[in-house]
Amino acid sequence: MAVVFQKTKGLTDTPFTYCPGCTHGIIHRLVAECLEELEILDRTIAIASVGCSVMSYEFFNCDAIQAAHGRAPAVATGVKRVHPDKIVFTYQGDGDLASIGTGEIVQAAHRGDNITVIFVNNAIYGMTGGQMAPTTLPGQITTTSPYGRDVSKQGEPIRMAELMAQIPGAAYIERVMTADPVSVRKAKRAIKKAFEIQKNGGGFSMIEILSSCNIGWGLSPVDSLKYIKEEMASYFPLGVFKDKGASQ
Amino acid sequence: MSKVLMKGNEAIAQAAIAAGCDAFFGYPITPQNEICEYMSKYLAKSGGAFVQAESELAAINMVYGAAGAGARTMTSSSSPGIALKQEGISYCAGAELPCVIVAISRGGPGLGGILPAQGDYNQATRGGGNGDYKVVVLAPNGVQEATEMVRDAFLLSEKYRNPVMVMADGVIGQMMEPVEINTDPLPKFEKPWAATGESQSRGTRNVINSLFLNPVDLENHNIALRKKYDTIEENEVQVDLYMMEDADIALVAYGTPSRIVKSAIEEMRSQGIKVGLIRPKTLYPFPFKQINEAADKVKFMLTAELSMGQMVHDVRLAVNGKVPVYFYGRAGGMIFEPKEISDAVKSHLGGE
Repeated sequence: MAVVFQKTKGLTDTPFTYCPGCTHGIIHRLVAECLEELEILDRTIAIASVGCSVMSYEFFNCDAIQAAHGRAPAVATGVKRVHPDKIVFTYQGDGDLASIGTGEIVQAAHRGDNITVIFVNNAIYGMTGGQMAPTTLPGQITTTSPYGRDVSKQGEPIRMAELMAQIPGAAYIERVMTADPVSVRKAKRAIKKAFEIQKNGGGFSMIEILSSCNIGWGLSPVDSLKYIKEEMASYFPLGVFKDKGASQ
Repeated sequence: MSKVLMKGNEAIAQAAIAAGCDAFFGYPITPQNEICEYMSKYLAKSGGAFVQAESELAAINMVYGAAGAGARTMTSSSSPGIALKQEGISYCAGAELPCVIVAISRGGPGLGGILPAQGDYNQATRGGGNGDYKVVVLAPNGVQEATEMVRDAFLLSEKYRNPVMVMADGVIGQMMEPVEINTDPLPKFEKPWAATGESQSRGTRNVINSLFLNPVDLENHNIALRKKYDTIEENEVQVDLYMMEDADIALVAYGTPSRIVKSAIEEMRSQGIKVGLIRPKTLYPFPFKQINEAADKVKFMLTAELSMGQMVHDVRLAVNGKVPVYFYGRAGGMIFEPKEISDAVKSHLGGE
């Protein structure tokens, strides 16, 4: 019988630890499929971060290093500098990358390190129980913004893709989402492009992916996907913010 | 090869390159800057990687990454910078990564000062990071020994898969002394556990990790680490005994102060006072046994440190009440003279 579909070799058989309805699982599959399709599984080192995806080192079917909270880009730099021919990527959430790790992500891009950053933005600290993140939307209710995020005291959400695009060392910056089949396919194209850039020695790339946290948001999985599309994507516009390859 | 006159920091850096250091990640801080500067100038020439990190946090995490990927790697800093590295050192210890941290100590707390001090004994030997872990700490007394200890540090770190710190006070970093650096190739330990990327051809995935969510697994990890530390404590203690054969009084000092204490000993010996020196070369593992045995033969001990008294607590633990253990210290970058040590010893002779 002909095989019409099989799970990507880029994932292990370990069951995901993500909540039902969360789109981390989709993003994992997209990354894993790209690693398989680009035939780089046997030269890739994944850097896991702290947050919901802390266990990602169990899921990606490649070598992996689990990093301290926010430090994944520095760990990636350390790996890449001693293995310049290997593929190194970090997988980080918004608390990890846009709060505690802003120094590391900005400086890794400034150095132009030839690494790929998968940045999963779900506007909340999911792992610790739904606290306000730097990307939490204005007015959004979380366990540490119980009256809604008050931008007069807590500031506006950080738009990381736009910020990172300003950095000369960044080669490719794009924001995508995982809200429906079409956007998932677009997300995969972006992720693949980022890995291709690294494979070709093109330099630092970051793909920001708007993702859901139905549990933390208190929405059904279906309503969460709507929330990504209607609320998140209107504050965090999708698109390519930097493409050094195209401008040359 | 004949001896050359070199500044401590530069000699340390050259010794690290000679020992096969693949990658160095640092951040400027006085009084260790010459290590970074030397590495930036020479490490790439010998095929290694140099990165000036954006912070001490980033530097130690780059070390964590490079060590996890199998490289022989190192960072250096001074007291407040070493404080910032503690999180990463804890991760390296937890994930059992071999790496070398050179600490050129200055005065504290806080920003403190930039002159030599030994107020970081507790930070180095107790670990400023979280969790049950130990870092091997080597304490040289001069430039030559600092270069030898850097070499030892790489060996010990790979032998035990554990971070090793070379802690030298700022005097050693900044002064020039004649030195001969060992350039023999240092054997590389096999690292079949390293995350080098070849998961498919290897047939297994290598994962570098310090997370154990299952309490049974974490306890077993803690027990395994403890067993490793027991082995280190059994086998790796280094201590120098000077004029202890007939000594009535033992002075205990490490690093640069141990040399000042030696001058004091010579002066006191000429006056008929039988004083000897116990110099721990490893601060962890600490020479508890050797100091305890020495306590059987002396009337009292006196610990001399460039601090308000840190190692003295370990000396008291070692002596275990057998004889009094006194303390003399200076701090803040002030360094005692031999006469201050002699006077301190004599002040305790009076009551007998």
